[in-house]
Amino acid sequence: MKLKENISKYIFLTLAFSSISALALITVFIIINGVPIIAEVGIINFIFGMSWAPSHGEYGIFPMIIGSVTVTLGAAVLGVPIGVCCAIFLTEFAPPTLSKLFRPAIQLLAGIPSVVYGFWGLLFIVPFIRNFFGGPGLSILAGSVILAIMVLPTVISITEVSILALPKQYREGALALGMTHWQTIRSVILPSAKSGIVAAVILGIGRAIGETMAVIMVLGNAVAVPESILDPVRTLTTNIGIEMGYASGTHRQALFATGIVLFIIIMVLNATAQYITRKKK
Amino acid sequence: MSENPTETQGSIKLSTKSVNLYYGNHHALGDITFDIPSCAITAIIGPSGCGKSTLLRLFNRMNDLIPSVTVTGDVFLNDVPIYGKDMDVVSLRQKIGMVFQKPNVFPMSIYENVAIGPKHHGIRSKRELMEIAERCLKQASLWDEVKDMLSKPGLGLALGQQQRLCIARALAVEPEVLLMDESCSALDPQSTMKIEDLMQELAKKYTIIIVTHNMEQAARVSHMSAFMMIDENKIGRLHEYSDTHQMFINPKDKLTEDYITGRFG
Ligand SMILES: Nc1ncnc2c1ncn2[C@@H]1O[C@H](COP(=O)(O)OP(=O)(O)OP(=O)(O)O)[C@@H](O)[C@H]1O
Ligand SMILES: [Mg+2]
Repeated sequence: MKLKENISKYIFLTLAFSSISALALITVFIIINGVPIIAEVGIINFIFGMSWAPSHGEYGIFPMIIGSVTVTLGAAVLGVPIGVCCAIFLTEFAPPTLSKLFRPAIQLLAGIPSVVYGFWGLLFIVPFIRNFFGGPGLSILAGSVILAIMVLPTVISITEVSILALPKQYREGALALGMTHWQTIRSVILPSAKSGIVAAVILGIGRAIGETMAVIMVLGNAVAVPESILDPVRTLTTNIGIEMGYASGTHRQALFATGIVLFIIIMVLNATAQYITRKKK
Repeated sequence: MSENPTETQGSIKLSTKSVNLYYGNHHALGDITFDIPSCAITAIIGPSGCGKSTLLRLFNRMNDLIPSVTVTGDVFLNDVPIYGKDMDVVSLRQKIGMVFQKPNVFPMSIYENVAIGPKHHGIRSKRELMEIAERCLKQASLWDEVKDMLSKPGLGLALGQQQRLCIARALAVEPEVLLMDESCSALDPQSTMKIEDLMQELAKKYTIIIVTHNMEQAARVSHMSAFMMIDENKIGRLHEYSDTHQMFINPKDKLTEDYITGRFG
């Protein structure tokens, strides 16, 4: 009996350890491959350099940073209000039968492969933007719309959970003061669930900034600082995705270095989300 | 300070006429008829599950939040039927405030907790809201303890203070009636004493209805007592309703006597 317990303990330990070491290995690998080129080009030149021309040995990722930031911001501006409103609707207004239908549907949304989103965007969103707003259609706007849809499940479910986790006494207390349902939501429920909602938004942003496949297909991928939301851009992720196949030498290192920047951004976002949710307790 | 115009000692504030309440098929209140005097404390007592909370929540229509509930019969506030078609539940709840069993201070500052009610009922001026907060915190005898920390979170207060904050919050919307459902049961004896004193003070201006499991508390603070009991069909009935002194000195029958002397319940 004792032996059996010990054996299973070590099996679990090994499995846990191997997944953590895989993560550590990847991190180390990225850092080893990426840091030398940053050192060579200089961190300022790398991050703020305007020109990305691997054939000339120019490695400036600033346009890509702008690309990632604008597309992600666009996704947040479009997706967060819709997601939060959806969550409020589901928790506060929807009859139980409707929310029972809605919830699995939203989970399904999270399960659709990103390439399908990209393909759909290419077929419908891009032509729509080209016809109604002008420009090439392949644009920040197209990427933002696709990402907004993709982050909805994250934003909705985390917001919903944080609203449902509130003690029902808050709601009763507010209603007992003669506040209307809407006043209760706006002035008691939402402020009380604030930290959960902020975490939902940050995790959604983290998901958006890391997304690659869907945005490769709709962004146009031009390496230039955009002038309007109808311009094509390239993000940090798509830069790696597009060029990894043929890059070698310092070019390949520069792509790993792009990965480091992305890695840090996402880590900071996740840590912020965790910090905010933990501070609550 | 606002005097409620209709408050005259001894007049009837609330009354129920043949009220029945069902949770789905479960008949929880059976044929409840009684009158609650204004500017007095009425205690609802009885064993667990007999429908005290249900009866209390009838008065501010909190039971409306439970979809399966149906109510028959009439409840009157100042002779106006509160289950009537054109009754505005929101304004009813402004007239009938409620303090819950566990203090349910909102996760915001002490000041905001008190000001939230009047703010939503149309008072915009910061100065006016501050005056209301001060007056209500004084009425709830909490002012001296919190006057230097009004912007601190209400949840940082001790439990007894939190409950008084909830009382202040309820008073801030200027109700005529205050419902208190076992509002001292989560508190230590000292905080309980404070709140009992407070109730007596408030009863000069407000009609107060309390639910309590504590017979001594009922005897100490209330003017009228309503003893509820479930009958053989598990329907909550009003078994005896009389002057508290009368009930505790000379109960109507053996059942009431056994309950208030603690022989069951
Ligand atoms: N939301 C509800 N849905 C269905 N039945 C309920 C609900 N709330 C209360 N009941 C039932 O109604 C009856 C009266 O409940 P109520 O809470 O009013 O009793 P109470 O006298 O306040 O009890 P306690 O002293 O334990 O607080 C009980 O049988 C209870 O099971
Ligand atoms: Mg109860």
